[in-house]
Amino acid sequence: MTEVATQSKKGETKPKNEKPKAVLRDDYEHPMEIYLRIERFPHIWCATCGIGTVLTAFISGLEKSKLDIEKVTVVSGIGCTGRTAGYLRLDSFHTTHGRAIPFATGLALGNPKLKVVVISGDGDLTAIGGNHFIHAARRNLDLTIICVNNFNYAMTGGQAGPTTPMEAIASTAPYGCYEYPFNLPFLAESSGAVFVARWTALHIRRLTNTIAEALLKPGFSFIEVICPCATLYARRNRLGDGLDLMRFYHDNAIIKHGANTREVDIEYQKQIIVGKFVDIDKPTFLQQRDRFLKNKLGNQFIPYKEPVS
Amino acid sequence: MKYWRVPFDRDKIDIPHGDIHINIDRCKGCSFCEEYCPRDVLKMSTNYNKKGYHYPDVIKQGECVNCCLCEMICPEFAIFCIESSKDTIQKGMKKGSNQEATS
Repeated sequence: MTEVATQSKKGETKPKNEKPKAVLRDDYEHPMEIYLRIERFPHIWCATCGIGTVLTAFISGLEKSKLDIEKVTVVSGIGCTGRTAGYLRLDSFHTTHGRAIPFATGLALGNPKLKVVVISGDGDLTAIGGNHFIHAARRNLDLTIICVNNFNYAMTGGQAGPTTPMEAIASTAPYGCYEYPFNLPFLAESSGAVFVARWTALHIRRLTNTIAEALLKPGFSFIEVICPCATLYARRNRLGDGLDLMRFYHDNAIIKHGANTREVDIEYQKQIIVGKFVDIDKPTFLQQRDRFLKNKLGNQFIPYKEPVS
Repeated sequence: MKYWRVPFDRDKIDIPHGDIHINIDRCKGCSFCEEYCPRDVLKMSTNYNKKGYHYPDVIKQGECVNCCLCEMICPEFAIFCIESSKDTIQKGMKKGSNQEATS
């Protein structure tokens, strides 16, 4: 752990001191490399996949929020998006399938000073880990959840998942999916999340701003990112490659801040409503615990370590 | 650049310029950068990189305005902009405007 910390500290000062000398191609390192385990690159994501773009937005959002990166941890589950934790040069954890939020809960409660971020896919967070998701939102734990939604289980071969829109073809739905999909912002809001937003991988600047905002927001904040999956979702449905999906988002995404989350469900190849839907203030789990026990027990209550304001 | 109305303070504003750096062998040829560059500075090359993908080339040298959209949208961390320091900073100093305007 100390080794990681010193490495990132060294890297932080590096690009500022070194001034570019001439216009050459491969001479400089990428400005985001201080946040990346670049020795693991190239990453496993397919050409024209959007998860790399989401990772870029997360790093920029982290920079923008000006949090101490020594106190930021990233937890991921399993899946294509589950690999993000492995590529980040932070204290990052790659956990078992669906159990990213329980792991993050432990981190957040064990050390309340940490900022715990969960970056995972739709299958990991809302199918296998669905129960953990709704209960973390109900308790209003101080977590930031970034859910990358590519409408299927991409790593295992494109099976239909809880977010696959009706009529879309998947490997386990060869004639089209006939299940009702989840409306993730509505699920998060009705479970008790205090910050709910949705963007696509194309709305990169807005996504960055929203991530920066969500990182500074106490409580359970949830960001859904619609992401192109070229190899499985787009290929099976004959939608072209990732660039064609990006063009589709450009034409069909409608920005509606504060929209009623009940009405933002996604239908197959129809318009996608994006924006910041919910932003309310509510005491977090730890604040609530301290307040409640102090009322009940008075001076007998000794908070663990320091009280959380 | 086309304007429907020329801004009043056009002569006072320094348009920043960026140098684009491309790590050719990291590129997987998604062409997001080519598609979404607001100044159409990039174009996919006809050559192949080590992995067999077409990579972007800078076709309009000096037209980059350092907006860093290519850097943000690249999923492979293969392209980035660095503000070309010399002219913009010196110009800003000369005109007597405060340093914050250039940074």
